Amino acid sequence: MTQSELPVLTKKDFESDQDVRWCPGCGDYSILAQTQKTMPDFGVAKEKIVFISGIGCSGRLPYYMNTFGFHTIHGRAATIATGLKAARPDLMVWVITGDGDALSIGGNHLIHAMRRNVDLKMIMFNNRIYGLTKGQASPTSPIGKKTKSTPLGTIETPIIPINLVAAAEASFIARSVDTHSEHLQEMMHRAGEHKGSAFLEVLQNCNIFNDGAWRDFTDKSVKEDRMLVLKHGEPMIFGKERDKGIRLNGMRPEVVSIAPGGVSVADLLVHDETTEDPTMTHILSRMWWPDFPVPVGVFRRVPRPTHDQLLVEQIDGAIAARAAKGPIDLQRVVASGETWTVK
Amino acid sequence: MTTAGGSNKTGEVTQLDRVTIRFAGDSGDGMQLTGTQFTKTAALFGNDVSTLPDFPAEIRAPAGSLPGVSGFQISFSSDDIHTPGDRPDVLVAMNPAALKVNLGDLVPGGGIIVNTDAFNEINLKKAGYAADPLHDGSLKGYNLFEIPMSTLVVGACEGLGLSSKQVELTKNFFALGVMFWLYERSMEGTERWIAEKFAGKEGIAEANRRALRAGYAFGETTEIFHTHYRVPPAHLPPGTYRNITGNEATALGFVVASKLAERDLFLASYPITPASDILHQLSSYKHLGVKTVQSEDEIAAIGAAVGAAYGGALGMTTTSGPGMALKAEMLGLAVMVELPLVVVDVQRAGPSTGMPTKTEQGDLLMSMFGRNSDSPIPVIAPATPAECFDMAIEAWRIALKHMTPVVYLSDAFLATGAEPWLIPQIADIPSIAVKNAPAAGPDAPKFRPYARDPETLARPWAVPGTPGLEHRIGGLEKLDELGTVSYDPDNHHRMMLLRAEKVARIARDIPKTEVYGDERGDLLILGWGSTYGSIRSAVERLRTRGKRVAHAHLRYVNPLPEDLGEILSRYERVLMPELNLGQLRMLVRSKYLVDAVGFNLVRGKPFQIGEIEAKAESLLGESVEGSK
Ligand SMILES: Cc1ncc(C[n+]2csc(CCOP(=O)(O)OP(=O)(O)O)c2C)c(N)n1
Ligand code: SF4
Ligand SMILES: [Mg+2]
Repeated sequence: MTQSELPVLTKKDFESDQDVRWCPGCGDYSILAQTQKTMPDFGVAKEKIVFISGIGCSGRLPYYMNTFGFHTIHGRAATIATGLKAARPDLMVWVITGDGDALSIGGNHLIHAMRRNVDLKMIMFNNRIYGLTKGQASPTSPIGKKTKSTPLGTIETPIIPINLVAAAEASFIARSVDTHSEHLQEMMHRAGEHKGSAFLEVLQNCNIFNDGAWRDFTDKSVKEDRMLVLKHGEPMIFGKERDKGIRLNGMRPEVVSIAPGGVSVADLLVHDETTEDPTMTHILSRMWWPDFPVPVGVFRRVPRPTHDQLLVEQIDGAIAARAAKGPIDLQRVVASGETWTVK
Repeated sequence: MTTAGGSNKTGEVTQLDRVTIRFAGDSGDGMQLTGTQFTKTAALFGNDVSTLPDFPAEIRAPAGSLPGVSGFQISFSSDDIHTPGDRPDVLVAMNPAALKVNLGDLVPGGGIIVNTDAFNEINLKKAGYAADPLHDGSLKGYNLFEIPMSTLVVGACEGLGLSSKQVELTKNFFALGVMFWLYERSMEGTERWIAEKFAGKEGIAEANRRALRAGYAFGETTEIFHTHYRVPPAHLPPGTYRNITGNEATALGFVVASKLAERDLFLASYPITPASDILHQLSSYKHLGVKTVQSEDEIAAIGAAVGAAYGGALGMTTTSGPGMALKAEMLGLAVMVELPLVVVDVQRAGPSTGMPTKTEQGDLLMSMFGRNSDSPIPVIAPATPAECFDMAIEAWRIALKHMTPVVYLSDAFLATGAEPWLIPQIADIPSIAVKNAPAAGPDAPKFRPYARDPETLARPWAVPGTPGLEHRIGGLEKLDELGTVSYDPDNHHRMMLLRAEKVARIARDIPKTEVYGDERGDLLILGWGSTYGSIRSAVERLRTRGKRVAHAHLRYVNPLPEDLGEILSRYERVLMPELNLGQLRMLVRSKYLVDAVGFNLVRGKPFQIGEIEAKAESLLGESVEGSK
């Protein structure tokens, strides 16, 4: 079936017959709904889409998608996606992971999937806790966080996921919030459209083991003043009254008030997703409430050849170069080197 | 010089039926290259050959030191031989350290050819010699030939304008030239190789050529050798041959398997000795469509292989013991999702990092059981370097037909050892192709990813991209047939039995076990993997002495062949030599309740024929005593 003949699909087409089994009120429900809503956008047949997950509450998502799905083992989804995409460049591959899955046990694979620019879209559900194993600290838990495994508070500095993947050369980096459904859909859409490794961090609420982890700035009543929605080509303005902005002072960002006669919009940082240099991504990733509004949106989007594309190009090139010298005969490959005949 | 058979002096030529030579020197002296050139020449001449490279794990241990010694042993014969020889007849020692490390292995009265120029005070000290062994009478029991090789190559290379260091580097070709003369070999092949290898570097090519010829001429003109030796061609089956190592044969086998299966080959691997050469070779086959990825670790490598297999390719990974340990969890997933996968473990001496370049058969039980729960995986093992080709294809045949991961156990000895290989006709090898599950229309009944083939119990290969087959798999227990997640106790029990039965049924699909020697008798020697050559040679020798002995060798270790129990019952005693502390023996004893006796050496080296022979003799002796 060619793309143009594809019937128009809807959210319903992407819902599987399995009962969804997350705790009532879990942020994962919204992420699932936005995922199902976004899938028809791409005009890709259901059977050509694969959801690969690791282990964690997040890891159950593929069961609820009526596509191909592979619930693998803890931390290793990216490795399986790498092999699948290399073998089958024709498929659209999504990776579903959690903060523990991606950053702790799977940290190495995350780094390497990003630097290889494997054409996969990774959604990391960040609830700052181990949900499935009932509430231990995760690599994104803030210092001092008391959990079952850290009764006196964690003593470890958390990872800033976006900072990490920027250092790992990710070609697409974005952040959104589970309950900000429209923004989340937009980010999923943009991740899906990107050719190469896309990393989307979703700030997700685990209402059972870490309720309200992000509430201070994601709550509807405060989000406009405490979050910064990044938009490509636009100055960094935030606030209910759109009267605050981000200005760069040397290498440091600062929050400024926009006022007639004072700081003007022209003084503000203008967001550019496409800068090759990741410095701004690093700077933005470290902006955190209460010192700063927390940025969401696409941090970085740079074109780079994908791993599967380069792999296939090398092979096609080698086949063509070899074919120019005459037909490839496996028998001759097997019989290569010095041979002798016994009569 | 000793001979395996009679020697027959004809003037200045002595005919022998088998010679074993060890080239030894510093790891910078090019001993592997020298040995390889001699091997090729002997093979091209028509001898049967078998080789054993022995190199240090350090790329360049301090020059002249004992750990820096690199060796290459070759046995060549006018008979069919199975091993690189127990002990060398001739030792070529390029420095004192090489002499010290290898002298103990030399047969009594064997020949020693030394580069006297290297026997200076510094090198003697580095090797820990208090006195010069060339002059203190300690080599009295041997046939010592002293040649100032470094000095002689300086003369040979005069006028080429090379640095003294470059000239010194040609001395291995001088040694090779001497050996070519001593064993009546042509220099032609090596000269051709020099021309190709140093194309564009005429000075270096010429220096090596001159060194080689100078060595040859030295043998011819000096009086230090009283005779030279002739080892006539062997009577090998007719056909075209090449020399091949186990790693090369393995890589080629996989490429051919991909053709026979009509699917792309995908290898993901993390470098590790002694498996890396398979990655290197397959990476050079881009023009054959082979996809390779050098992964970030062994877990990623097997993960990528599982991903490729899920996508319908021949997904595989290659590693050695420490990497195999890392793959355990993903192997369990492969068992659960029942995808075809081949994992190559080129075993090396362990535990932990162990002795990376040395051989061992220590990973059998890990391959069988090294996962959580009961998670059965078939295990196969090639017996000789050339056989690696057939077993690589076999690994894929089983994986595809039975929809299962397969562990292929090679080892360092097979991987780097070489032997002549009768090149097969690819067109004559049967297809191993299997079909993907077909697309299903909208009205088709719900797809059952765990419905099973009634014969093999294999599940369908339902690759992404197939319309109508959208389904979810994973590591959670599956509901029988439907494949959805299930915690039902009886279902779990049933699935455990099904997975075990699926692997057990592979026993119906493998060849009968060959038994060499007496059909019934006093002793059966049972082995697996690379011990084949030593065991077979030992049994041949025992039988020429009239012993009622037989040899059975397992290529299929899990499941064990259906006929094995009956074979074991035909012999008074069973001896099981293994380069581990008794791993297969544990399996055989528990399955067949047979009182198999172990013979276990773990020195990082293959068995010597004589060791197995002696062990068998002592067992036979006991039996005779017992029956009196
Ligand atoms: C090898 C292995 N170690 C440990 C576990 C147990 N385990 C399952 S999920 C998980 C943590 C999940 O945390 P996260 O990735 O943040 O996912 P969440 O449940 O919060 O969505 C752990 C430790 C496992 N399944 N496998
Ligand atoms: S434990 Fe937390 S993350 Fe997991 S399903 Fe429940 S609420 Fe969601
Ligand atoms: Mg979590």
